Amino acid sequence: MLNFLLSRLLSALFVIFGVSCLVFFLIHLVPGDPVEVMLGESSQPADREALRAALGLDQPIGVQLINYFHGLLHFDLGESLHSKRPIADILMERIPATATLAAAGLLVAVVIAFPLGIMAAMKKDSAWDSGAMLFSLFGISIPNFWMGPLLILFFSLWLGWLPVSGQSGVASLVLPALTLGTALAAILARMIRATLLEVMGEDYIRTARAKGLSERAVIVNHGLKNAMLPVITLLGLQLGALLGGAMITEIVFSWPGIGQLTIDAINRRDYPVVQACILLISLTYVVVNTLTDLVYAWMDPRIRLGGGR
Amino acid sequence: MRLWFPAVIFLLWLVLALFGPLFALSPDHIELSRILLPPDSHEWFGYDDLGRSLWDRLIVGAQTSFIVSIAVVTISLLIGVTIGSLSAFVGGWFDHLVVRIIDIFLAFPGILLAIALAGLMGPGIDNVVIALCVVGWVGFARLSRAQVMTLKNRDHVQAAIALGAGRSRIIFKHLVPLIAAPLIIEATFAIASVVIAEAGLSFLGLGIQPPTPSWGSMIRDGTRYMLVAPHMVLVPGIALMLVVLSVNLLGDRLRDWLDVRTRDRN
Repeated sequence: MLNFLLSRLLSALFVIFGVSCLVFFLIHLVPGDPVEVMLGESSQPADREALRAALGLDQPIGVQLINYFHGLLHFDLGESLHSKRPIADILMERIPATATLAAAGLLVAVVIAFPLGIMAAMKKDSAWDSGAMLFSLFGISIPNFWMGPLLILFFSLWLGWLPVSGQSGVASLVLPALTLGTALAAILARMIRATLLEVMGEDYIRTARAKGLSERAVIVNHGLKNAMLPVITLLGLQLGALLGGAMITEIVFSWPGIGQLTIDAINRRDYPVVQACILLISLTYVVVNTLTDLVYAWMDPRIRLGGGR
Repeated sequence: MRLWFPAVIFLLWLVLALFGPLFALSPDHIELSRILLPPDSHEWFGYDDLGRSLWDRLIVGAQTSFIVSIAVVTISLLIGVTIGSLSAFVGGWFDHLVVRIIDIFLAFPGILLAIALAGLMGPGIDNVVIALCVVGWVGFARLSRAQVMTLKNRDHVQAAIALGAGRSRIIFKHLVPLIAAPLIIEATFAIASVVIAEAGLSFLGLGIQPPTPSWGSMIRDGTRYMLVAPHMVLVPGIALMLVVLSVNLLGDRLRDWLDVRTRDRN
């Protein structure tokens, strides 16, 4: 277990390092002179040099990289070119909105997917099953940026039940969460159905039935519990898609989170902010994935007691 | 759903994309008297906020999504398979390095890296293709690496090594043909996700630039007029959904047909 823990943490640290490097080099992808692009063609040479020095772009690349990591380790992400405020402060303001949205989306996904997946597996090849899989197919095939407008059209504009956008209490969270959660629910329901079907064919399920347990107890205590392991892994991996989807969902619903900040920063050519946003989201994803792996290991006695993989 | 439905939609997409230019379309032609006109018997899909025919724009948008997705999937497939199978076949430190690099790329959730790349490199169809390839090769590399790992100790590969065949010959003659089935299936699903990704980037204003139509930017334009002209957001969205749906269905069918671990998705 300790070996597994250490190797997992070590590889997570490596990935964090790699991701940070990649994000550092992103600014060098800006065509031409990034300083000129940021300030505009009509900017004064003196201003350009000032910004170049402020961003450290006048120094050798090695020094830039060291300064960048020095800053990261001290949570100093630099200043926004647009608002001149520390980027760390701006991010802190935006994190709650994105976290709320992602959590609500996850909740929607879990609430839809579990009943749907279990029902589909229990009544395999029935109308319920085909219905659930049809939902899942549509869920996978409808992108966030169309699902959102579609929901707004029906529930806000035609039925008038929910607000179109903005952040005013729970009502305004419903549509963004549905938009974000549906795709994940679709994938999750499919996975739950497939793993449950696989598990229900195992010997220990037959044993559980043979010893006279109710079907409910068989499914919940023996079937679901074992089917949970791959589902948890998938959930951790899909959280990335959820975070990525949250960015687009935020744009659709004018939700003031990290996603909107990223796109605004791209449009304002505020590249340090873009880098910080990308870094924040991907590092969150790495941390969540590592935690998922650890939870998985903790839940699976074969790994917990086996000492490494 | 039966096979004919996705097959028809897919073929329609293909034909419209390939032969669209023959229709003498005018996606940029503005008719001020027809601004936001809803669909009618004359113009099936109506007009947009500038009085341009949605039908014409839809077809040119089909070309855009088709060209981008085929280009991205082909390039990603070539790069990914080469790196992935070479990594598995060579092994050692090279393999370790490749696995680490793949891990780093996989750490960027979903479309995020593509958003960052397209945002920094600037919009345009070529940058969209580059951005999506940078994201796309990883899946193919991981898949072909895993597949080659299980195959490289087979007798016929050992025989080829013993006969003195070169690496590229062994990889492309003796290994890749064996892993073609899962790669084809992965490529099919990749087409669906690239279609969504291209539309997503264009929706964000980071992809194909106006006036060139893309389904994504058409949806974005439509969201501004949802109350008065819902057809503007419905038409491109339904087209996008149908294409993605049928490509996914074809992928499922292909998987069943080629019998690659049907248990996985079931």
